[in-house]
Amino acid sequence: MDILSLFVIVPILTVLALIFAKNLKQARIVSLIGMAIQFAMAINLIFAYIKERAVNTDIMVFTKDVLWFGTFNIHYSIGVDAISVVMIALTAIVVLAGVFISWQIDDLPKEFFVSLITLSAGVFGFFISTDLFTMFVFYEIAVIPMYLLIGIWGSGPKENSAMKLTLMLMGASALLSVGIFGIYFNSNADGGPLTFNIFEIAQVHIPVAAQNIFFPLVFIGFAVIGALFPFHTWSPSGHASAPTAVSMLHAGVLMKLGGYGVFRIAMYLLPLGALSWTNFFLILSAIGVIYGAFGAIMQKDLKYVNAYASVSHLSLVLFALLMLNKTAWTGAIIQSLSHGLLTALFFALIGMVYGRTHTREIAKLGGIMKILPFIGAVYVITGLAYLGLPGFSGFVAEMNIFVGAFEHPDMFHRIITIVVISSIVVTSVYILRMVGKIMMGPLADETYKDLPKATWFEKVGLVLLMIPVLFIGTMPLGLSEMIKASIQPFLERLL
Amino acid sequence: MILGVSIYEILTLTSILFFIGVYGFITRTNLISMLISVELILNSSVVNFVVINKYLFPEVLQGVFFAVFIIAVAAAETALAIAIIINLYRLISSVEVKDTEVMKY
Amino acid sequence: MNISYIILVPLIPLALFVLLGLFSKKIPPSIAGWIGSLGLGTAFVLSLYTAYHYFLGAKLDGVYQTFTYKSTWIIFSDKLHMDMGMLIDPISVMMLVVVTTISFMVHVYSRGYMKGDDGYTRFFSYLALFSFSMLGLVLATNLFQMYIFWELVGASSFLLIGYYYTKPSAVAAAKKAFIVTRFADLGFLIGILVVSYYSGSFDFGELNSLDGNVITNWTATSFMGLSVFTWGLILIFMGGVGKSAMMPFHIWLPDAMEGPTPVSALIHAATMVVAGVYLVARLFPLFYFVEDGFVLSIVAYIGAISSLVAAVIAITQTDIKRVLAFSTMSQIGYMMLALGVSKYEGHEGLGYMASMFHLFTHAMFKALLFLGAGSVIHAIHSNELADMGGLRKYMPITHITFLIAALSIAGFPGFAGFFSKDEILAAAFENNRLIYVSSVIVAGLTAFYMFRLYFGIFWGKDKKYEHTPHESPLTMTIPLIFLAFMSVFGGYIPFSEFISADLKSFTSHLDLPLAVIASTVGIIGICLAYVFYKKENNLSEKATQLFGAFYQWTFHKFYFDEIYLFITKKIIFGILAAAIAWFDKYVVDAFMIGVGNVTMAFSNQIKGIQSGKVQDYAMAFVGGVVVLAMVVFYIWIN
Repeated sequence: MDILSLFVIVPILTVLALIFAKNLKQARIVSLIGMAIQFAMAINLIFAYIKERAVNTDIMVFTKDVLWFGTFNIHYSIGVDAISVVMIALTAIVVLAGVFISWQIDDLPKEFFVSLITLSAGVFGFFISTDLFTMFVFYEIAVIPMYLLIGIWGSGPKENSAMKLTLMLMGASALLSVGIFGIYFNSNADGGPLTFNIFEIAQVHIPVAAQNIFFPLVFIGFAVIGALFPFHTWSPSGHASAPTAVSMLHAGVLMKLGGYGVFRIAMYLLPLGALSWTNFFLILSAIGVIYGAFGAIMQKDLKYVNAYASVSHLSLVLFALLMLNKTAWTGAIIQSLSHGLLTALFFALIGMVYGRTHTREIAKLGGIMKILPFIGAVYVITGLAYLGLPGFSGFVAEMNIFVGAFEHPDMFHRIITIVVISSIVVTSVYILRMVGKIMMGPLADETYKDLPKATWFEKVGLVLLMIPVLFIGTMPLGLSEMIKASIQPFLERLL
Repeated sequence: MILGVSIYEILTLTSILFFIGVYGFITRTNLISMLISVELILNSSVVNFVVINKYLFPEVLQGVFFAVFIIAVAAAETALAIAIIINLYRLISSVEVKDTEVMKY
Repeated sequence: MNISYIILVPLIPLALFVLLGLFSKKIPPSIAGWIGSLGLGTAFVLSLYTAYHYFLGAKLDGVYQTFTYKSTWIIFSDKLHMDMGMLIDPISVMMLVVVTTISFMVHVYSRGYMKGDDGYTRFFSYLALFSFSMLGLVLATNLFQMYIFWELVGASSFLLIGYYYTKPSAVAAAKKAFIVTRFADLGFLIGILVVSYYSGSFDFGELNSLDGNVITNWTATSFMGLSVFTWGLILIFMGGVGKSAMMPFHIWLPDAMEGPTPVSALIHAATMVVAGVYLVARLFPLFYFVEDGFVLSIVAYIGAISSLVAAVIAITQTDIKRVLAFSTMSQIGYMMLALGVSKYEGHEGLGYMASMFHLFTHAMFKALLFLGAGSVIHAIHSNELADMGGLRKYMPITHITFLIAALSIAGFPGFAGFFSKDEILAAAFENNRLIYVSSVIVAGLTAFYMFRLYFGIFWGKDKKYEHTPHESPLTMTIPLIFLAFMSVFGGYIPFSEFISADLKSFTSHLDLPLAVIASTVGIIGICLAYVFYKKENNLSEKATQLFGAFYQWTFHKFYFDEIYLFITKKIIFGILAAAIAWFDKYVVDAFMIGVGNVTMAFSNQIKGIQSGKVQDYAMAFVGGVVVLAMVVFYIWIN
């Protein structure tokens, strides 16, 4: 069995094993073992990748190709470059942390973990595949369990939120599938056979007219899950209703599929379309950055604040991708990574606070730090990291994006960049407002005095997420160079 | 073969019978009456089979066989329909069509 | 000359921070205080040693050598990369000494001041974090590294102001400080992007180089009539304005006094707030040569206006820490204006030297004032001037040291402040008479409000105190004595030997006529304060009435806070953010929901077809058959 397919097989085996689990204890142990193996494999993959990269200069390494459905030339073809490797590592970390955070889920634990891990299998599959169709299949596998996870284990108006989320993502998938088939049926433009293989299509000169039609379809199809303005409204309500681990996984990983797909498919396969559409989408994503940040200021629910913050930060990823240069793209990838970790941390922390106080309303919380010092300290650190403090991953990402975006000599890009940079001030406003209100200040409610302290599994989950944040923030050189090397072939298509 | 009566008259008659059945099926509000209407439709087709067989292809008997076959099926069908209707009556004390609309949408 | 061991100076506080931060529960407070003080003490000794070696041994042909140690931290693009490293030159060494001295003193002092506090260990870990960040800022080799540590000092300042995090006012002050400086840093960041894009470098060495492509070629690209570098520098200076609490970003500094007093002494008097001055000094060749010093004149005017406004406001404040905060702002304005009027070479660069000199002496006497104020607050548990009076009997050491500091800041002849202030005034006199006049007025005002404070605290009528105030413990008075020593003798250090814009030594003389004018004005200020506040009398009330509206105006700090509050609360929160939230809910989201609703409504309309009546289906079926038959028939007959 090759090193990559295991990333899909291990979750599937875990799901199968989960079916025999009898209660919460068994379910979480099985999930923990499965996801710990996954995590270990991800760490191993990073080193294996570095070793392999030294001797292998292909775009993708560890490739494998199996014919899956001959009539339409669909293959199960897989391979990774640095970008997929870091995304896989991110997913492994977030899923493992998610298992820790859901340690005490009391309602239908087995089914919960089954859905959660199915979802992660889809995500892993998405990141390793290099075949459009396979990729799309994994994408759908990742999106569908979300409906169950929110609809069954959620809180508040969960059915409505779940439906809204699923329907909007399905709508996007419809556009996406049109785009993908558009690419497929143009993949014989130079006379070869029709193919779904990304790297074969990349050799083909798809006519400009077709690119201009299909680029926006693919872009929007992916960008909806990356919370592009004005298609972001599923995200606040979806996150607010989702259970903690699902919010973590969704904001932390699933929303990254959008940026990744844009980068891997839209930009790479339809470069001419990208060039003619960038300015339009740049404006949308810049609006998203500012708009999400201002939207977050006025929210009353902690999860809503975070959801809007995610809109802002992920629009920044799309913004950076649309800048079409190496520095900005590196920033986009690191931002995906950094946001994934930080937002997972935030949702985990919110979940912990909510689990204890049973409210997420900012006005009803206050002075939690005094009672829960560990959670409070991590909350403050996460907040500072989120607003782009140096020493944490967010800073490295944002600086790459800003420096890269500023490399465009024309006025339009400059002005829009400056507008986007100003979001860092707004970010600090809403983060500090939230931190200041709920963690600091006098205790809001006397009954909070006896809240239980953080348990060991919560601490493990948080520390697990915090370590890479600090690592990227303090020693970014290796990571950024690794990503940059992988970006090169993708960028060359656009120049 | 009936002397002095051409196939057209008989086919006209069965057509009338058929549409009476259709009309009854659509307009009746009572399940039993609807069943009777369905029987009318079936009978008109049975007569058609026999007549077409006799008038156009007198040397074979397929039409007659089919007529017998349909009568048998119709009997079974009627038995089944009656059984359903009786059960329905036990359940909701009514054989009116408007009371059995719960399956809509 | 190898002085790479300086790396230990910032690394010791970093190690302390990690140690105390991670094990804040395990380490007992007394040990934490000791570890912190010892660590900073080591750093202090190291920097003194470095300074000694550097200033006596790093000259080559009369020019101070610059040493750089760096390694690549991140590569942005082929053109731009960023290093982490250390830049050792006269001003960074001087700053090392200032930061470690004050930090060490504050550590020692805090062991007494913070005794018995819940978060004692946490406090020391924050202090260590701040010291690390500040030292990193000082040693930065390039703009970007400076920005990184610039943000880190901002964050540690946030943590320290909000140290009493259960107090809403402290939390609000911490937020305000962070957000205001963050806004200013936005300018800094954009400025860095502009400058680095056009120059292709972040490195101070390359940017400042006299034959580098910025200084020789700043006219190459222009934007709206000014060189792009001018714009870049204005934006960078905006960061300095924010951090140094100059007009119009000064509003956070008075509020920052919510933090524990040692923190105010360390961060908001001696070190962090002078980062803006340091930034301008660091990029001085750039400021001086680009656009022929246009940006530098902005620096000068902002410094002059800030120092005047702050001095006026300081007169009316009643919270002793706030008086000191405005005094700090005023003195930093002095440093800024000195830089602003400075030229580059030789004796012409007097302002540059004077600014650094004043930075040094100010750090000593202002830290002393704050620590003295802290000692008073420690004794009587109040910040209000009205609650104090006659304390000289109870707290002799605090009283004497405070007096020394006050004399020093007032520019009384012979004290440290006298010398540095005189250099500033001399530099201003040579280059800009208007600024000179305003500076002299500020000198008088400074003497007046400082002695208003001094007489108000230590003289005046005896208050009845609930607990008899007593002198602070030794850990608190030793730093006071040390700093008092520095406040007297710091002025005799021949700064112009060591620090100059072009790194060459020159000799500066006391400008006697100017010194006489300045000290006369200062003494007049002191005498006025003596008349008004030495004994209890109603002169001050009369003066208050005399000034009437103007008094109210100054008392409310010229309503800056209210204006900002209006802009942020009403306009940004109330109008902009609320409008966006509304738009999101009722337009964007409503549109998406609307799409769903339209689908639902449409389906509601057509669902009647599925009526559940067999007869309806049969009717449709028969109708369909009939229509089809007619169509077929029609085609057939044609």
